[in-house]
Amino acid sequence: MISYLVFAGTIAGFYALLSLGLVMAWGQGGMVNLGLVGLVGLGAYTSALLSGAGAPIWLDWIAAAALSGAVGVALCFVVRNLRGDYLAIVTLGFAEILRQAETNEKWLTKGSDGISGIVAPLKSYLGNSFPLFYLILTWAVVGLAAFFLNWLLKSPFGRALRAVRDDEQVAAVAGKSVLRLKLQAFGTGAALSGLAGALYAHFSSFIAPDVFIVQLTIYIFLAVTIGGYTRLTGAVVGSIALVALLESTRFLAAEIPGLDAVQIASAREFAIAVTLILVMQLRPSGAFGMTNERSGLHGSRPVQAPCYGKKTVLDDAI
Amino acid sequence: MLNDLLQYLVNGLIVGALIALPALGLTLIFSVLGFVNFSIAAQLTAGAYAGWLANTTLHLPLVPVLIVAFAVAGALGVVTDRVALAPIRRKPTAQTPLMVAVVSIALNMALENAYRFSFGSGLNSFDMPIARDMKIASIRIGLQQLHNLEIAIGLAVLLALFFSLTRLGKAMRAVADNVDLARLKGIEPVRLANLATFIGMGLAGVGGALLAIDTSVDPSTGSRLILPIFAGSVVGGLTSLPGAVAGALLMGVIGELGLLVLPPVYQSLTAFVAILITLLARPSGLFAGSTGVRK
Repeated sequence: MISYLVFAGTIAGFYALLSLGLVMAWGQGGMVNLGLVGLVGLGAYTSALLSGAGAPIWLDWIAAAALSGAVGVALCFVVRNLRGDYLAIVTLGFAEILRQAETNEKWLTKGSDGISGIVAPLKSYLGNSFPLFYLILTWAVVGLAAFFLNWLLKSPFGRALRAVRDDEQVAAVAGKSVLRLKLQAFGTGAALSGLAGALYAHFSSFIAPDVFIVQLTIYIFLAVTIGGYTRLTGAVVGSIALVALLESTRFLAAEIPGLDAVQIASAREFAIAVTLILVMQLRPSGAFGMTNERSGLHGSRPVQAPCYGKKTVLDDAI
Repeated sequence: MLNDLLQYLVNGLIVGALIALPALGLTLIFSVLGFVNFSIAAQLTAGAYAGWLANTTLHLPLVPVLIVAFAVAGALGVVTDRVALAPIRRKPTAQTPLMVAVVSIALNMALENAYRFSFGSGLNSFDMPIARDMKIASIRIGLQQLHNLEIAIGLAVLLALFFSLTRLGKAMRAVADNVDLARLKGIEPVRLANLATFIGMGLAGVGGALLAIDTSVDPSTGSRLILPIFAGSVVGGLTSLPGAVAGALLMGVIGELGLLVLPPVYQSLTAFVAILITLLARPSGLFAGSTGVRK
């Protein structure tokens, strides 16, 4: 039981790291990253392959974060002048292409068999206490990342970023470099995704293309939405809630008689997806709402009929 | 060599015609409602399953099967849109279009798993007579695939007539162009939004059924195609209906020609590269300037 909790806690740590990255890009920067899982996979494979080639683990992790961050910046740069929908499409496509490359480039990734036997830090030395060590290590990284992001978001950089999120034109008029702020925020989020992937690879010691599928992206969006998609605290709390939800549906689904394995798995995925839709509808601000960011843009606007997502010129003038 | 090239060209046009239907649907929904509806993949699969059920249990022939696919996918599209997506659209902020896009991905996942729960993960084939391939000057064309091409082109022409001749079609173009001005003229955007969703998802459903007749249907049929569909739509500019058809045909041809240099497993790579190149070089689409939903 204890080892199960330690395992679930470590997974929650990975999710928390991913959620922090998503809060940075989406909640604070206003950019949707639907290719989150691609960046996770990129980080995991980078780290696994480098460590397989004999590089020290700390270097692998830095390389994973750096590569994922750089790719994130490049994707964001491609769609720099376009509406956010395009970023969603491009990132989603990127994740899909990367999964295909992982499956097909057998000389590098061993295809769908995956890479096994990825070395874990200090495992032979620690023996049975390794899972506990990794739990603490993961959450230490989460804590560091949260501390760093908190500092970043409280700084003038964070205020400028939120200004860009709320209204790019106003931010640009105020002399902020909109493109640079966006690239920095998205790149930071992407780097955290890569780091989480690398941490996961060395924890499970096995990665395969099947691990990095679009469901994981939905999980992280759910975690971030439960917690409050603009808040770092929300990301951490939401990740723990997500793991609790995932694990409880596992037990719940096993209780229903007469279902085969495929049905149980699909019922769980269905439940997760519906939960995300419900949370978005009923409490889109999550458990921890926006703070100290009210700018008059929120709340004080006159009630409008649905505008179907179009921001018209009139909207901006109000 | 020239023959090979022509064969690839024909194959590409046939694949492209199938992609064109959902790409048209996606473009229509984006133009009128202003957000990217990723759940179109699941509606494509819904059309394929509906057609499969109609064909294997009721033994309906091709045309009724396609009508069933259109109606089921369209109706499911409208219902799920009202239930899952519309409540989120009602609170307009700068973030709303992205929120709706994210929720539409969750909706796609929910539907896909509902299919998997009901029908299992296996492949299901239609019970249709297999026509022999025709040969025109050493180029092979499947009769079924030729029908698919005709049906796809026919639907695109019908849609074009609808948009240019009927009041409803013109009203829809007005909403796509400017919601506020359209409302000022007494057009009710919500009703039109539902109609756009019905037609768009129905088209995706027909595309799914045609595809499944040619191959087979399983829960991920639509999700596997999402990249080429989006590529067709984006290459066409995301708001132009003729652009979506041209973009999809182009994607089909490029995808097949890509087989000359790429292994077949990377067929969606050409779609992704096409999206990137379009966005870098000509973000408004290759066919910007042509008339469409928006002018």
